[in-house]
Amino acid sequence: MSDEYLVKIENEKLSFFTPAGEVKALNDVNITLRPGEVLGIVGESGSGKSVTAYSLMGLTADPGKLIGGKIRFNGHAIETMSEKEIRKIRGNEVSIIFQDPMTSLNPVYTIGNQITEVITLHTGKSKQEARERAKELLELVGINEPEKRLKQYPHELSGGMRQRIMIAIALACEPKLLIADEPTTALDVTIQAQILELMMDLKEKLGMAIIMITHDLGVVASMCDHIAVMYAGRIVEYGTTDQVFYEPSHMYTKGLIRSIPRLDVDEHQRLIPIEGTPVDMLNPPAGCPFAPRCEKAMKICLRQPAPITEFDDTHYTYCWLHQKAAMEKQAARPEVADSRIAMSQGGEK
Amino acid sequence: MSGKNEDFIVVEHLKQYFPAGGHGKNKKYVQAVDDVSFTIKKGETLGLVGESGCGKTTTGRTLLRLYEPTGGRFVFDGDTIFDVEKKEYANMLPYRKRMQIVFQDPYASLDPRMTVGDIVGEAIDTHHLAKDSKERYDMIIELLRKVGLNSEHANRYPHEFSGGQRQRVGIARALAVNPDFIVCDEPISALDVSIQAQVINMFEDLQKDLGLTYLFIAHDLSVVKHISDRIGVMYLGRMVELAPANELTNAPIHPYTQSLISAIPLADPKLARQSKRIVLEGDVPSPVNPPSGCRFRTRCPKATEHCAKEAPEFKEVLPGHFVACHNIDPDALKKEPD
Repeated sequence: MSDEYLVKIENEKLSFFTPAGEVKALNDVNITLRPGEVLGIVGESGSGKSVTAYSLMGLTADPGKLIGGKIRFNGHAIETMSEKEIRKIRGNEVSIIFQDPMTSLNPVYTIGNQITEVITLHTGKSKQEARERAKELLELVGINEPEKRLKQYPHELSGGMRQRIMIAIALACEPKLLIADEPTTALDVTIQAQILELMMDLKEKLGMAIIMITHDLGVVASMCDHIAVMYAGRIVEYGTTDQVFYEPSHMYTKGLIRSIPRLDVDEHQRLIPIEGTPVDMLNPPAGCPFAPRCEKAMKICLRQPAPITEFDDTHYTYCWLHQKAAMEKQAARPEVADSRIAMSQGGEK
Repeated sequence: MSGKNEDFIVVEHLKQYFPAGGHGKNKKYVQAVDDVSFTIKKGETLGLVGESGCGKTTTGRTLLRLYEPTGGRFVFDGDTIFDVEKKEYANMLPYRKRMQIVFQDPYASLDPRMTVGDIVGEAIDTHHLAKDSKERYDMIIELLRKVGLNSEHANRYPHEFSGGQRQRVGIARALAVNPDFIVCDEPISALDVSIQAQVINMFEDLQKDLGLTYLFIAHDLSVVKHISDRIGVMYLGRMVELAPANELTNAPIHPYTQSLISAIPLADPKLARQSKRIVLEGDVPSPVNPPSGCRFRTRCPKATEHCAKEAPEFKEVLPGHFVACHNIDPDALKKEPD
């Protein structure tokens, strides 16, 4: 049934049990991805975009616990697998590039060591064969003099080079899915252009799917087929790149797109910021997490999380404003309707 | 000499070298800033962009004498702050009241053991701006209000605030001495996207209300374009292009600026699909051994032999548009922007 999907996450719930209390990092997250597609996950720091992707690789760190939902990847049920089983697919069928290439490579091993480790572990090739493969990989990611680089240590290379090495390691076993967690955030914009170009190139060549985690709307606009917008542990909107950019339906998505300064606009327009501060995840609001900052928030938004509204097969959002059911309820219960009218006239809170 | 009201800030041939090991003849230097000149008018915002290590932050810090300049001259409102050739150095204390800085990292630039009130009040104490503690308190509250915080925040510690709020504290601290000129050193890079717009708007409002002059340093060209009147682009310690903001982004002349602008991912899928990136090969060379001649030549698609021999002069090619390049496309100069 779910065979056509490479990734299918259903109603994932994940919490971190910290000394200060339970942090609900993910609430009913749903994600699907077909082979060869590029999905962008955008959101602010702490919105759960990395946690979602990490849980797909079974990388949920200690105080974190998966408390519900199904995670299907390439026919595996990740949530039921033991660490030993997951290790077989991690780095093999799915691999990851981290944000900071300065710290994600081990400083005391050579580049060659770190690439061949992955290859020998997963393919059972000999050291010599693995070294040959490592050279091929370095050439694939556009690194010159691969023979020399294999003997070098991470500190001898620039940030852009290190990120290429990370990509080479990630691609060592030709994964079906590559997770890129803010792969270019630590890099300069001209180097970012090189790395993004390389990733799209490799996607074409190897036919893998990519999950791109970023806070940069520019990066997703140029790379992704679909976009999931996350806020405070929930996906608030999901759609194709064009749908999310040109027909945003959730107030957070709208606010995000409005608030970034544009390079292609000449006359000076005042930016329209999203007012307020990010959610305190220890004490999240009872209803829609964005409601306290939402200019069109209604009473119901503060009380209950919004149900899904599907516009078509690919575009959906969780927002009461789009809920027909909400409208019907309002008609039936005048006090809610009144408060909403008062709100839209008053504008504030 | 330019008139006092004409150019509020005049920087000429600014140099800042840092020692990088070696002894005697072999002593090496990081040429962080090399021969940078610009002016800023009163109430104007000059944006400074470039990649990490290009010297934009060092430029801002050297102007405030947070580093001792290696060479060059800085004239502030008609007064010489430093002139290395003539060995003239002004006493900084009175000028610290007029020039301030907002740092990049709001997590590291506030003392975790001081309350926000004391952080903002420290400058008031240093410059004896308040007669008594009542006046000091009132001033602090007024400053916090100016940046969108309120009186109850004064007794709290930095860790109790979000990134955006901390940056507001950093701005309040800079405003405490009622300065004329503020160096904004990547003030929004560490903030979430939805918070950035709030802080940018605040910078604009404060400029309007208080008549501030900004040197706005950032690597994000879209933000710099939004807030700046003019923009300077730096590469490996040198200024390569300086022009009015719209002109620089619409009709860049220097090959580095052209590739920098084309490399910025546009937050608009249709435009992003159409736009052609000029992807630069390779990495930025080390500032310890910068390439001879033009420093961009190793990555420049238009480089010729001449570029290796001689550094191009930073000259005005169109009114108000300065470029340092040997191979300027003559067509670029014909397109007279409005």
